[in-house]
Amino acid sequence: MRLACLAVALSLFAALAAAFEIEDHRFYPGTGPQVLKIISTADLEVFEPYLLAFQAQRPALSIDYTVASSAALYGAIRNGAPFDLALSSAMDLQFRLANDGFALPHASDRTDALPDWARWRDLIFAFTAEPAVVVLSADRFAGLDVPATRQELISLLRAHPDRFQGAVGTYDIRDSGLGYLFATQEARSTDAFWRLSEVMGRLAPRLYCCSGQMIDDVAAGRLALAYNVLGSYAVERMARASGGRVKILQMQDFTNVMLRTALVPRSAENTEAAGAMIDMLANLGLRDGPGTWPLPPLRPSTDDAGGGFGPIRLGPALMVFLDPLNRRDFLGEWENAMVQR
Amino acid sequence: MKTTGSIGRRLTLLLAGVAALLSLLSWGMVTTLARQAAERTQDNVLAASATTIAETLRSEQGEVRLELPYSAFAMLDAISQDRVFYRIAAGDALLTGYDDLPVPTAVPAPGQVVFDTGVYSGEAVRMATVSRPVVAGSQPVQVTVTVAQTRHGVGTISAELSRVAAILSVAFFAVAVGLSAVAARTSLRPLNEIAAAVSRRGPSDLRPLRRDAPEELAPLMTSLNRLMERLGQSIRRSEDFIAEAAHRVRTPLAVVRAQAEIALRSVGDEAEKTRLRRIIRAVDESSRSAGQLLDHATVAWRADDLARAPVDLAELAAQTAGALEATAAMKDIRLHLDTAPARVAGDAVLLDNALRNVLDNAIKYSPEDTTVRLSVRTADGEARIAVTDEGPGLGTEPAEALTERFRRGDNTEGIVGSGLGLTIARDVLTAHGGRLEFAPAPKGRGTCVSLVLPSL
Repeated sequence: MRLACLAVALSLFAALAAAFEIEDHRFYPGTGPQVLKIISTADLEVFEPYLLAFQAQRPALSIDYTVASSAALYGAIRNGAPFDLALSSAMDLQFRLANDGFALPHASDRTDALPDWARWRDLIFAFTAEPAVVVLSADRFAGLDVPATRQELISLLRAHPDRFQGAVGTYDIRDSGLGYLFATQEARSTDAFWRLSEVMGRLAPRLYCCSGQMIDDVAAGRLALAYNVLGSYAVERMARASGGRVKILQMQDFTNVMLRTALVPRSAENTEAAGAMIDMLANLGLRDGPGTWPLPPLRPSTDDAGGGFGPIRLGPALMVFLDPLNRRDFLGEWENAMVQR
Repeated sequence: MKTTGSIGRRLTLLLAGVAALLSLLSWGMVTTLARQAAERTQDNVLAASATTIAETLRSEQGEVRLELPYSAFAMLDAISQDRVFYRIAAGDALLTGYDDLPVPTAVPAPGQVVFDTGVYSGEAVRMATVSRPVVAGSQPVQVTVTVAQTRHGVGTISAELSRVAAILSVAFFAVAVGLSAVAARTSLRPLNEIAAAVSRRGPSDLRPLRRDAPEELAPLMTSLNRLMERLGQSIRRSEDFIAEAAHRVRTPLAVVRAQAEIALRSVGDEAEKTRLRRIIRAVDESSRSAGQLLDHATVAWRADDLARAPVDLAELAAQTAGALEATAAMKDIRLHLDTAPARVAGDAVLLDNALRNVLDNAIKYSPEDTTVRLSVRTADGEARIAVTDEGPGLGTEPAEALTERFRRGDNTEGIVGSGLGLTIARDVLTAHGGRLEFAPAPKGRGTCVSLVLPSL
């Protein structure tokens, strides 16, 4: 089919046309010949419980789990890589795949039970809602008030440039799809984003590709604070294990909430098993409490209800910032603010 | 009579058919309008989206620049979850978007929105295109902005509205059928009323129908009245004929009887006498029958135009009894009168006729040397003359059957009679709004025949 895909493929993903970079891979053999091939942005350690739970339901099914970056996942699905299920934290790229006809429909009682904001048509289904949080080092904040809003954070950074010089971390949104999504949505929602970027830019910020490394640096005291980290339970557990040296806070004025979504790629072969997996994930997404699962449910638990819960909307507006012209402009402005020389 | 379907049912079916047609028509219209409205809404949103994008077009260092506004795509999401495609080109060169979107070749004039439908990525799409000249470098270049959206939402909305319209149409149809049935029944009511008025009438009531009728029923009324008039005339003619015949028979019979009486006196031979007596008796019966035929005709005649004068039944009973005294005496039958004043409105001649027939019957069927009792009483607004005999009773047939014309009881053997007496009595009483009642006598043998009339 002659589609627009190649012509409009974002320059960022052009290199991924032929092959894509695999970060991790594991095969869970089942007793039967059937295989469910999953490509996902979630690390194995985070997602393994889900895979094992699904395999417990269907012992005959083998599961082939591939971890890739959201951009690599997007490119792989566009190029027809033979996966049965794509799970990604990059809502915009997932939406683009569905919009451009790379997703197959799936409908069941479970997916019908999802709230409207947690699915788009019968193509994309959200199964977790994860907020963007600020992670900070208690040691480096000794004697300072913990900021509750961006305005307070800006004032704090301005007041103590010596303390925060080279000690502020955030996503390098040129590399990280999730960082880019958070930054664009925040720029759209609050004026404070650009001022904060300016202030951070003056403090020689350290830019990261992934949240794991950022948290490690906060825990080690190399960073005073990491801004816009994906606040999954894994991060919370890490904070608890640190013995109070790592703190997590949600900004009171506005918090971005990302939906982790699933779709069945057009190239899927085992759509039946993929649908069943989506049903299981949707069902888990609707559970009431956090339970023992590593990823949070769609409904916010009561303790962070004050965080201004409102997930990023699944819809064509997500494509606006994927447009190469917009992306170029946005990155240009971000670089001007953040990467000051 | 074979009925050929009901007018009411036919009318109802016809009206229901019209209602069904209208329901179908309105459903089709609503469906079409809903589709058009949904399409127009989508067009408006697409036009707004394309215009919003075109407004951000600008020129920077000889290059056409633009910024896709967030709202341009967010608004497309407002109505339905549809796939969105876009294409922005400066002249023939693509600036951004989906290059192979089948945009219209005609470039719209500035400020104008061109809509088009096409197929893209396997689905029907609706496209809105606007264009704007942007001065980039030395000369202006025409930049076209096309925003396309699939029509899934339009289909869903119009299908939903169509479904609602279908439900409403069915409801409308059901109500219309109910109303049709009511309308049919209402318009047939005058007809039913006339039919009821005709069937309420007494058997001999042939007066013309005088009631208001709708225009359509006037011819029916007229012909009905004409028919009744002709029928009445024909009945009257035959009654006249009977009366005339009876009258003409009676006079020669009287002559025959007188001659036979004279012969009886002058003949000595016993066998001859017996023969003559038999002749006299036969002549008597014939004369009686002729008299009753005459009475019957009189009753039919006078009942048509009944005189309503006050009559005292006690007096009437006394008179009639007096008139029949001689006949009773021939059989040694005593007539016992027990009367109280009882006033009714009626025709004295007819009432006398009726009572005479009843009393005559009682005397005729009574054994010799018995008593026939006449009593006149008033009770509960009814005046009643009861005639009780000690005869053989009514037999096994239903009493009402005895009042049929020329019908005689099954225990009347050996007694001469015409079978008209009780018919006459009944006709007289019916004409007066009364009735004839039969009952066994209160003590043992005999019959009690009562003439019941509304008292004054």
